[in-house]
Amino acid sequence: MPGLEDLYREIILDHYRSPRNRGELPPPAVRTEGHNPLCGDEIQVYLAVQNGFVSDVKISGQGCSISQSSASMMSAAVKGKPIAEVRSIVRCFKSMMTIEEDSETEAQDEKVKLGDLEALQGVVKFPVRIKCATLAWNTLLQGLDEATA
Amino acid sequence: MSTDFIKVRQDFPVLSRVINGKTLVYLDSANTSQKPRVVIDAMTAFLQHDYAPINRSGYQMASEATDLYEGARIAVAKFINAPNANEVIFTKNATEALNLIVRTWGLANLKRGDIVVLTHMEHHANMVPWHMLVAEIGIELRFIPITPDGQLDLSTLDELLIDAKVLSFTSMSNVLGTITPAKLLCDAAHRAGAIAIVDGCQSVPHMVTDIQDMGADFLAFSSHKMCGPSGLGVLWGRQQLLESMPPYMGGGNMIADVRLDGFTCAELPAKYEAGTPPITEAIGLGAAVAYLNDVGMVNVQNHETEMASYAIDQLTKRLGDDIVIHGPTNPELRGATLSFALKNIHPHDVSQILDQSNVCVRAGHHCAKPLMRLLGVNATVRASFYLYNNHQDADSLCDALEQAREFFSV
Ligand SMILES: Cc1ncc(COP(=O)(O)O)c(C=O)c1O
Repeated sequence: MPGLEDLYREIILDHYRSPRNRGELPPPAVRTEGHNPLCGDEIQVYLAVQNGFVSDVKISGQGCSISQSSASMMSAAVKGKPIAEVRSIVRCFKSMMTIEEDSETEAQDEKVKLGDLEALQGVVKFPVRIKCATLAWNTLLQGLDEATA
Repeated sequence: MSTDFIKVRQDFPVLSRVINGKTLVYLDSANTSQKPRVVIDAMTAFLQHDYAPINRSGYQMASEATDLYEGARIAVAKFINAPNANEVIFTKNATEALNLIVRTWGLANLKRGDIVVLTHMEHHANMVPWHMLVAEIGIELRFIPITPDGQLDLSTLDELLIDAKVLSFTSMSNVLGTITPAKLLCDAAHRAGAIAIVDGCQSVPHMVTDIQDMGADFLAFSSHKMCGPSGLGVLWGRQQLLESMPPYMGGGNMIADVRLDGFTCAELPAKYEAGTPPITEAIGLGAAVAYLNDVGMVNVQNHETEMASYAIDQLTKRLGDDIVIHGPTNPELRGATLSFALKNIHPHDVSQILDQSNVCVRAGHHCAKPLMRLLGVNATVRASFYLYNNHQDADSLCDALEQAREFFSV
């Protein structure tokens, strides 16, 4: 059995205890909501897009340390970035979170620095927690689609 | 009569499983229970020596299999003190049993504006099927509220039941462990002219069930929560209700005759058992019921009251202000299903740390989201005890919770 330290890396606990970019944004920022039907966790992502950039992002909702820290790190990683780059960060993160080996090759061409986010790699060893880690990301994707529709 | 619960524990092979050098502490029986050797053996023996179809073929093995299957039905009927074994219908699970009632009795007897009363602590299985009737035919739902200590608030019961056609409620909350006053509720429903449906999923495995004394019109429960296999549920209903209702699924076994221009239904219980039933599973449930009878349901309940009492006591002593236990604190009012919150640690994280010690609990909303909203949480940790659990399991739970508290504190 993989150890707890694979899952709960210090940086994850840090984002859990002091989450970045908590709060809400008024319209016209796009608000999307994600649910983890298994555990009832919910998350709201507020996304402001200007001139092709994610100008601001805020996170609200409740969840476990993995879902909350993943959301916090995500917000830090995408804030101020051009939309195209945000989309490739999302793709890279999601491929890091998949168990199938072959999906990695796709993402390999797309070298994006995930930085702190790589701390979440250990989650893959705990398959039931993958949904926790990806909840914010799927919610962000929805928001991106709405904001750029 | 005292039961040797040390021996009971040894009857469950899986409980001696060791993972990473630690034995299993199984505290998720409200979710699904473990199986005693006699159940495993009964199913294996049937599959190895006796497997054959039921009801359809004339050869000896088929008639033996039919006898075994029907024997299980009789055992289940006796277990709940049903007046007649033909009133026991085997379904896929309790969820299907509840849906069967709603789709047959409900659609035949309810119309726009009719009132169905539920409680705020229902499992989704006793809520969503009714929501579907709200959407389809416009029935109205009312809910019995809950007191701060997790009991049903019966102060407005008679008002809620005015003009009601149905009262459908759980006899024990799968989240709070609260035992509801089933007999009183059935009586109140009948006084108001409503039928009473009891979701017995959490009570039938843990205490004596006397359906005649309780006075319900329908009772639903699942085999897998009472030492039997998964894939099988039970619907009990009063004979004249079951006879008056339309059929549920159509197909083989449920018919008396089929012509090009229509069909006639078989008698009970076949009327509600379309297709090949879970034969092996029914035989497994028969063995589970015999096993529970041997232990004695009064003993089971007493044992669990003791478990609840000890666990609440230890959790409170050892975790103090860091733990909030939901539901009644008086062990006499509850089963040994304990939902709680550990301060500042999300239930998923708690269960993850507990898993390191092989302590199996459920973290989540327990299919009771309306109740979760009322408690003001997204999720709880739930530790649920059964006849095979002991004081040491409660101690292991407390040890692991202390570890979780330590791990997450800075
Ligand atoms: C109170 C209650 N009702 C209904 C159900 C549904 O049972 P099943 O999933 O076996 O159909 C459960 C089990 O989770 C339950 O606890």
